[in-house]
Amino acid sequence: MPEPRPIIEVRDLHKSFAGNPVLKGIELSLTEGETTVVLGGSGSGKTVLMKHVIGLLRPDRGQILVEGEDIARLPERELSRVRRKFGMVFQAAALFDSMTVFENVAFPLREHTKASEKEIADTVHQKLEVVGLRNIDHKYPAELSGGMRKRVGLARAIALEPKIVLYDEPTTGLDPITTDYVDEMIIGAKAKLRVTSLVISHDIGSAFNIADQIAFLHQGRIRLHGPPDEVRRSDDPELKKFLSTWLEKK
Amino acid sequence: MSAEPLQASQPEVPRRALREGLESARQSLVRSVEDAGGIAVMAAQVAVRAVRPPWRVGLTFAQMDFIGVGSTLLVALTGLFTGMVFTKQSAGAFALFNAQSLVGPTVMLSVTEELAPVFTALMITMRAGSAISTELGTMRVSEQIDAMVTMAVDPIKYLIYPRLVAGVLMAPVLCMVFDAAAFFGSYFIATAVEDISAGTFLTKTQFRVDPGDLFMGLIKSAVFGLLVTLIACYKGYNASGGSKGVGRATTEAMVMTAVAIFVFDYLLDVLLIPWLG
Repeated sequence: MPEPRPIIEVRDLHKSFAGNPVLKGIELSLTEGETTVVLGGSGSGKTVLMKHVIGLLRPDRGQILVEGEDIARLPERELSRVRRKFGMVFQAAALFDSMTVFENVAFPLREHTKASEKEIADTVHQKLEVVGLRNIDHKYPAELSGGMRKRVGLARAIALEPKIVLYDEPTTGLDPITTDYVDEMIIGAKAKLRVTSLVISHDIGSAFNIADQIAFLHQGRIRLHGPPDEVRRSDDPELKKFLSTWLEKK
Repeated sequence: MSAEPLQASQPEVPRRALREGLESARQSLVRSVEDAGGIAVMAAQVAVRAVRPPWRVGLTFAQMDFIGVGSTLLVALTGLFTGMVFTKQSAGAFALFNAQSLVGPTVMLSVTEELAPVFTALMITMRAGSAISTELGTMRVSEQIDAMVTMAVDPIKYLIYPRLVAGVLMAPVLCMVFDAAAFFGSYFIATAVEDISAGTFLTKTQFRVDPGDLFMGLIKSAVFGLLVTLIACYKGYNASGGSKGVGRATTEAMVMTAVAIFVFDYLLDVLLIPWLG
């Protein structure tokens, strides 16, 4: 059996804002087909890291290799080509509020394919089915609950069948039942679509539910990276402090 | 003894106020220069994208409908009442010299060269500019623009380009609507209220107002249409700080656009009068 290869590699990534260093030499590798959760507290640099991975921010120093291609220095037009390998689910879903659910999910298909309206409709309904939604084509994002918006966000993110899906704080602000739905949605997307997932979260319970790998980000550096069991057993004092509240509840 | 320290501190107060005033003026100047640079960069980004597909025809027509068709009634009403008021005032003044026959050409020259392009631009700013700034600002703070980028869709081409093209094309059309409405308003007041004969009004106006005057107003309008949409897009696109930031961006866009319209009105007068005046 061939050894799983890294689909994304982040090497020595540095980023500062107005002289304040946020990322201080990140090293991270994502294996194809796996779900990696970057766990960390507020202000640890999680979202900044994710925005670098998809090219929304440029690093001060370091490399971001996507299937071996360094995107850190790519011009904008080249970046667009690389971005088509990604789908991204935003913290607040970031659905286009002037469009219906159908139009939101159809948006990337209309922009990047020459599919007929019938083919687009079939694909939209198939993707909505994957995330467990039906009969909401004509609803606007404002008419949906937080959990439904995230699911529509995922349906839109996977519309073009990307290789990699990024999730920015997918369970933030959701009640426990909806959090479970979203966790199942992420696990389901991985199983059905065989995508590589990078999840940014501070929700420890959710991270242990969905992760194949957990990377602990603290003060701009990855302190630990490994399977959930290894992370749970770690003696790292900062990680133990971070996990303590959750472990006590368990 | 106790009065001494108080006296010693008194000169500090105006000095501190002066320092703060100078610092505030310096920051305003820096922001203005940054804004001017940012607007120029956005204009260049749109210009570069204007020569390559996709052409975004559907989106451009939708914006033309919103900016142009949606503003027609407002602009027509503004033009109608501007023509009526200006004629009423002018007729009173010209009556002192028994020169009421000059009311028509005077009103229509002012309307075609100055009032129509400026008032039309202000109406577009209020109605469409504020909506553009708020819509793009909301899209920015709710990460909808970032979402568009992650889907490999260029937001400058998708969001900004159609609005700028629609502004440049529709502002002159609205200016003509203003001209026509102002003419009817002026004609009605002159003939029905001020007892100026229809023949005198029409003949004198036709004699004094030539196509160059109309053309000058239309060129100004096209430039103002670009300014209104460009500033609104720039401010909205770069909004930050939640709903408060969106409100601030819209206010700044309105103020900046109004000032820019009057500054460019003067500059265009200086440039165009030798050719068309």
